[in-house]
Amino acid sequence: MSDANLAAIEMPEARIARRDGAAARIVLVTLALGFLALFLALPLAIVFIEAFARGWQAYRNGLADPDALAAIWLTLVVAAIAVPVNVVVGIAGAWAIAKHEFRGKSLLVSLVDLPFSVSPVIAGLVFVLLFGAQGYFGPVLASYGVEIIFALPGIVLATLFVTFPFIARELIPHMQALGNAEEETALTLGASGWRTFCMVTLPNIKWSLLYGVLLCNARAMGEFGAVAVVSGKIRGLTTTMPLHVEILYNEYMSVAAFAVASLLALLALVTLAAKSFLEWRHADEIAASRRH
Amino acid sequence: MSETSVRAYLDRSLFAAALLACLFVVSGARAQTELLNVSYDPTRELYREINAAFIAEWNAANPKKIRGIRQSHGGSGSQARAVIDGLNADVVTLALAGDIDAIASRTGKLRKDWQGRLPDNASPYTSTIVFLVRKGNPKGVKDWSDLAKPGLQVITPNPKTSGGARWNYLAAWAWAERAFDRDETRVRNYVARLLANVPVLDTAARGATTTFTQRGIGDVFLAWENEAFLALAEFGADKFEIIVPSLSILAEPPVAVIDGNVDAKGTRAEAEAYLRFLYTPKGQAIIARHHYRPRAPQHADPKDVAKFPKLTLVTIDEVFGGWGRAQPVHFGDGGTFDQLYKPGR
Repeated sequence: MSDANLAAIEMPEARIARRDGAAARIVLVTLALGFLALFLALPLAIVFIEAFARGWQAYRNGLADPDALAAIWLTLVVAAIAVPVNVVVGIAGAWAIAKHEFRGKSLLVSLVDLPFSVSPVIAGLVFVLLFGAQGYFGPVLASYGVEIIFALPGIVLATLFVTFPFIARELIPHMQALGNAEEETALTLGASGWRTFCMVTLPNIKWSLLYGVLLCNARAMGEFGAVAVVSGKIRGLTTTMPLHVEILYNEYMSVAAFAVASLLALLALVTLAAKSFLEWRHADEIAASRRH
Repeated sequence: MSETSVRAYLDRSLFAAALLACLFVVSGARAQTELLNVSYDPTRELYREINAAFIAEWNAANPKKIRGIRQSHGGSGSQARAVIDGLNADVVTLALAGDIDAIASRTGKLRKDWQGRLPDNASPYTSTIVFLVRKGNPKGVKDWSDLAKPGLQVITPNPKTSGGARWNYLAAWAWAERAFDRDETRVRNYVARLLANVPVLDTAARGATTTFTQRGIGDVFLAWENEAFLALAEFGADKFEIIVPSLSILAEPPVAVIDGNVDAKGTRAEAEAYLRFLYTPKGQAIIARHHYRPRAPQHADPKDVAKFPKLTLVTIDEVFGGWGRAQPVHFGDGGTFDQLYKPGR
């Protein structure tokens, strides 16, 4: 609250800063860094401090617990399904929106954003309403012995729903900026549609695609709300890492809880590092592909 | 990337995804010899020990082994909701009969007379509601009347989702009916003032426990007796103390086999034996060790039994006419809780 007020007060100073020297700039930088330290770095540090509060052995025991291993495995499986599916559907959607004109295009664009604007809890409940025992398709599925809710398919569906926009959102503006010229050239020279896609489009969009995949993966592994609704919270079977963290914390096992949480934090750090590394290593190429 | 290598890559990822899917189907098929116990929030530690003891006993005597018993915990009401929506429970062990009634009436997966199929109203143990306060009882809380005083913060979960919270609510109501000689207006006035002292409604008992003990919110925590003892054991008796009110409610958390599910899975024998195990001397001793009041205290460690304070306990049948009446009157849509709880005052 007070930070927000301060920030608001500092705003006009930013414009003056160009004229009256370093003082205002230092204040602003300090403010930003202080904010980041307090609300980002400190919580991140606390995760690791708590995880190692009783030493390396306790940390390892927390992660080696069968339920924790099952949660890690389930999280990896969910991400391994959700991310590739979203890559395919995301590219297809972005391709359709960016390179073609058709009726209802603006509606499709808004629909892509829908998962961002819908609360994850609602997303989960919708799947319960569709596939739960009392839901629209529940009785039919039950008669064939197919389990969706409170099992892996439900968790994957909920994750797909909340992570869908990440890749499409990253690709659409980039593909729009690229335009159709190169694809048209390839087609004119006799390449097939698939060959054009693989040899022309894919190389052009690979960096934004990679960004999208990184973000999509981070969210797929970290999603709590939607997954909590459809999981049924069966330990060692349908609890993903974020759910397992909550369970452990509620059982007063804070070292184990933060040990699992540290893996999630590590994932965030690795994502960030990978993103920065890509930007640094391929800066020229990215700039070039963005310039098109 | 050339066309062929992209194809090969796509093939490989498709293969990997298919492999993963197969693994899960296989592990799902293997899970047949497992039981799933869908329970309410505070029983995590209890059933972990019960499960180990029961599996050892069953596997020693039976050729068809049990590989494990899965646990799922949450607010009693939300857990019942999950079973209604298709959570494949072999047994439910919930906080109150009304939640199992809801499963029976909405799914038909167990008979309406389920509560007569096991001894003692199908409740292998009882418990009650007590007050947990901070060490030294700085606000001088002694009985239910103190909870309605202005400036006091009371922690209790949401009765819509938590079974324990419904017992809390009814215990307060039962005390008020006696104290105000069944004067309805004064009873409602008291409950409304008590609810006005609640700063946050967690969805389940354990969340409320952490709100009080770890986040340090509130002066009094209306707790399951077993949660109060567990908090003392976890955080040390130098941080909190238990206050026993003059009157409380006899809570009977019941258990039931979900017939429709065990018959489909072929686990009826195991599920029934599992619930019967709770009534055995060994089961009763474990129950007492986890601070629940055993039905057969003679089988429990006398030290465990001695810690339960003696207090006047009223039953839901004598004060409220059973869950069938109490549930709609107090917790149904537009019931007394909805009328009296005004959040954010």
